[in-house]
Amino acid sequence: MGSRSSHAARIPDVDSLRQETGFSQASLRRLYDRFNALDRTGKGYLSRMDLQQIGALAVNPLGDRIIDSFFPDGSLRLDFPGFVRVLAHFRPVDEEDDGNRDPKEPEPLNSRMNKLRFAFQLYDLDRDGKISRHEMLQALRLMVGVQVTEEQLESIADRTVQEADEDGDGAVSFLEFAKSLEKMNIEQKMSIRILK
Amino acid sequence: MLGRWAPGPGWGVLLALLLALGELPRARGVEEEPGDAHGGTQGFQVVTFKWHHVQDPYIIALWILVASLAKIGFHLSHKVTSVVPESALLIVLGLLLGGIVLAADHIASFSLTPTVFFFYLLPPIVLDAGYFMPNRLFFGNLGTILLYAVIGTVWNAATTGLSLYGVFLSGLMGDLNIGLLDFLLFGSLIAAVDPVAVLAVFEEVHVNEVLFIIVFGESLLNDAVTVVLYNVFESFVTLGGDKVTGVDCVKGIVSFFVVSLGGTLVGIVFAFLLSLVTRFTKHVRIIEPGFVFVLSYLSYLTSEMLSLSAILAITFCGICCQKYVKANISEQSATTVRYTMKMLASGAETIIFMFLGISAVDPLIWKWNTAFVLLTLLFISVYRAIGVILQTWILNRYRMVQLEIIDQVVMCYGGLRGAVAYALVVLLDENKVKEKNLFVSTTIIVIFFTVIFQGLTIKPLVQWLKVKRSEQRDPKLNEKLHGRAFDHILSAIEDISGQIGHNYLRDKWSNFDRKFLSKILMRRSAQKSRDRILNVFHELNLKDAISYVAEGERRGSLAFIRSPSTDNMVNVDFSTPRPSTVEASVSYLLRENVSAVRLDMQSLEQRRQSIRDAEDMITHHTLQQYLYKPRQEYKHLYSRHGLTADEDEKQDTEIFHRTMRKRLESFKSAKLGINPHKKAAKLLKRDRAQKRRNSSIPNGKLPIVSSLQDFTIKEKDLELSDTEEAPNYDDEMSGGIEFLANIAQDTATDSPSGIDNPAFSPEESPGVLSGVPPWLCPGEAVVPSQRARLQIPHSPGNFHRLAPFRLSGKSVDSFLLADGPEEQPHAAPPESTHM
Repeated sequence: MGSRSSHAARIPDVDSLRQETGFSQASLRRLYDRFNALDRTGKGYLSRMDLQQIGALAVNPLGDRIIDSFFPDGSLRLDFPGFVRVLAHFRPVDEEDDGNRDPKEPEPLNSRMNKLRFAFQLYDLDRDGKISRHEMLQALRLMVGVQVTEEQLESIADRTVQEADEDGDGAVSFLEFAKSLEKMNIEQKMSIRILK
Repeated sequence: MLGRWAPGPGWGVLLALLLALGELPRARGVEEEPGDAHGGTQGFQVVTFKWHHVQDPYIIALWILVASLAKIGFHLSHKVTSVVPESALLIVLGLLLGGIVLAADHIASFSLTPTVFFFYLLPPIVLDAGYFMPNRLFFGNLGTILLYAVIGTVWNAATTGLSLYGVFLSGLMGDLNIGLLDFLLFGSLIAAVDPVAVLAVFEEVHVNEVLFIIVFGESLLNDAVTVVLYNVFESFVTLGGDKVTGVDCVKGIVSFFVVSLGGTLVGIVFAFLLSLVTRFTKHVRIIEPGFVFVLSYLSYLTSEMLSLSAILAITFCGICCQKYVKANISEQSATTVRYTMKMLASGAETIIFMFLGISAVDPLIWKWNTAFVLLTLLFISVYRAIGVILQTWILNRYRMVQLEIIDQVVMCYGGLRGAVAYALVVLLDENKVKEKNLFVSTTIIVIFFTVIFQGLTIKPLVQWLKVKRSEQRDPKLNEKLHGRAFDHILSAIEDISGQIGHNYLRDKWSNFDRKFLSKILMRRSAQKSRDRILNVFHELNLKDAISYVAEGERRGSLAFIRSPSTDNMVNVDFSTPRPSTVEASVSYLLRENVSAVRLDMQSLEQRRQSIRDAEDMITHHTLQQYLYKPRQEYKHLYSRHGLTADEDEKQDTEIFHRTMRKRLESFKSAKLGINPHKKAAKLLKRDRAQKRRNSSIPNGKLPIVSSLQDFTIKEKDLELSDTEEAPNYDDEMSGGIEFLANIAQDTATDSPSGIDNPAFSPEESPGVLSGVPPWLCPGEAVVPSQRARLQIPHSPGNFHRLAPFRLSGKSVDSFLLADGPEEQPHAAPPESTHM
């Protein structure tokens, strides 16, 4: 496919991106194609609108929050490296990586902690490093059907926060968040096999 | 067969008796019944017993009744059906019934004849599969499916046939009158995975969508290969092994392409015709559904007539026409088509399996050869496994979604054989194929083994493979909640990263479709409404309205609108306030009443009490039940027995509404240049939280809250009308429109839309603009038309559900009008609703 290879040539900084994200050349090429397909007007970056055009996201309760997470700090443009960097969180953890990884290097984007951090920031809207009761409630509202009354929601939110809250400050810090999920196989749950 | 329709009663009975000894489905009843009629005179009789007259249709109807009753019986016990697939139960039932018939009659009177199977039972099943095919998924995996269907089937046929021949040469099977070609013929008919059996079993095993479509697609498309191989080898057998030349082999290969492509082409041509016909059925709504069935059946018969692949023809007829037909025919017709198709397919399937059982009870067809039977079973399983592994190995180098070991195991194991193989083997000519009976009995054994044994074990197998580490531990709330969040995140990321490839081709195709095909094949009104999100929104609204009215009818009145306790507000959210100038509107008045009616202190207290007492368990339960499910869990791609579950649609509706509302709010803030994460967003959230609390909890403090709320909203409005110009706004805005249009396109693929909804095509009806609620006016000044377009259907803040629009269903119309009478006149559409 001629168009593909020409795309590959145009990916900026392929090698450093590969290093950083751990994606294979083929995956990067594929994601680049995807990136360009999403960028319908060919402006070279993605806006929120481009992502919102994906129909399935409109029926995903967390769709908009996930879109937001592609645009850190209120930026309006998403370039390809940024796009890939977010997706890299969902690369499956491969065993051989863990064994011979240099401990001095920063943790790869797809480590357990980084996967958790990605999820955590979806809750932590005000970026204060804590999921407050209010934030928990907001997340619940998104994820629970309308059949549940607000009171029930509040009680669920209370319980959820209490359950994870260890220092008694009425909010869930990242460490508490990670701890509450320590039994869960995050590596598997937060990985997409196509993103090898 | 003349006697069946002979008019004279006396004659007829005599003839019936004669016929009873003859061929075809004969009734046991014949023998018990005619004692008195036998001595009947030629004179006038007040009452005559004309069994012969109704015999054939009567027996058919009785069998259908028995099969349907059996189905009811199976489902009385959930335990049985959850373990044993229905197809297996039906086969067992067939065996029992066959045994009874045999015991009574001493000869096997009924069997599944190839004619009945191919002409009447198979087409509805395949049409159903095609018509409800998840197109996007199917074409996304078409390459893989074709490889498995073509190469895989040839491989299975060749290896099975050759290996059996090899063993035969070694003398293990004893003395059989079979040549190499007979073995290959047998191999070719036993090789193909059967769509009916696969669907019947996979329906109950919920595997992931890609895996499902691959196995399902393979079973549908390999028909062409089977038919060609079967025909080629049959003619070779007829010719005699020594006379087959190289030219014949080449002809065989050529005929494969002709048969498969020809069948597909016939299907597409008929799909085109069908779409075209439904475009002009506006005034004959009542026979609309008929066209769908008749024309697709004709496609089947036509390609059968041309000796092309009939299954491919009707499959592709269904696949290609679905989009246009669904858009063209009225909503009622669409429902009729859906249900009729499901009913026919499900009924045909039931009969097929039952008759497979019945047909097996016939001492005449059984010829046992242990080595042959066991080796056939062994070879088809082993070679399927090898074939799948080899092909997957090749495919995985090119596929975006890798097929993993588990998938391969399921694919190997899902290679079920079924009625197609049986019908083909029965078709064999005994004079040419000397060991026909051996083939028939082996085929029956293979079918029973795959359907019953593999069908029984595939579910536990899938579960066992997936739940490798089952922990006996109640998940904590956090785990449950976040776990679900992870699922949502994953599915969103999959969507963003483009799980299913071929975007380029799909874009090209949809362009072509929009520019040419849709123009020709769709009603003009349908074309218009298709490209718009408005249409989707209209459908959602319609559903809301219907459920709303249904709820009202259930309770005997629509009075419950006034006491919107959360459980009867299925989706309908009337009580969100509409600020400022619309006070006069009916819904506003209704809402005002709400606060008074709501003060039912006792029930309120009860509810509070119960919530206070709520145990963790209840909380868990609530979460379990009401957390939105991620896509993979609820999306059943294709189901023969059920239409899409209500729950899923409801969930989609809810989330869709929510998302749209939020996005519109952020449009607003983007327009003002306010960072959506900061001030405005917070404000809006607080505002919404209040609204929600207000709407869903009847509490005593309501008046205070609502006054507070009004205040907030005014504050918000002030803020919004503050600044007029902001950078990026136009960009975002046009993007927004494009986005809306695109969503509509995307969503339209899976949602049937038979609604003409002129009021929702803003370009054509500028009158709608004036129908915008007055409180939107401040914003209007900036870019009137675009904003109007955006905001008619879902006004920010309250989303303005059930806003005035034309419904094609008349029953709810008047009710809806009550909600917004002041806007209705403006929305008068250029074209009246059709019925």
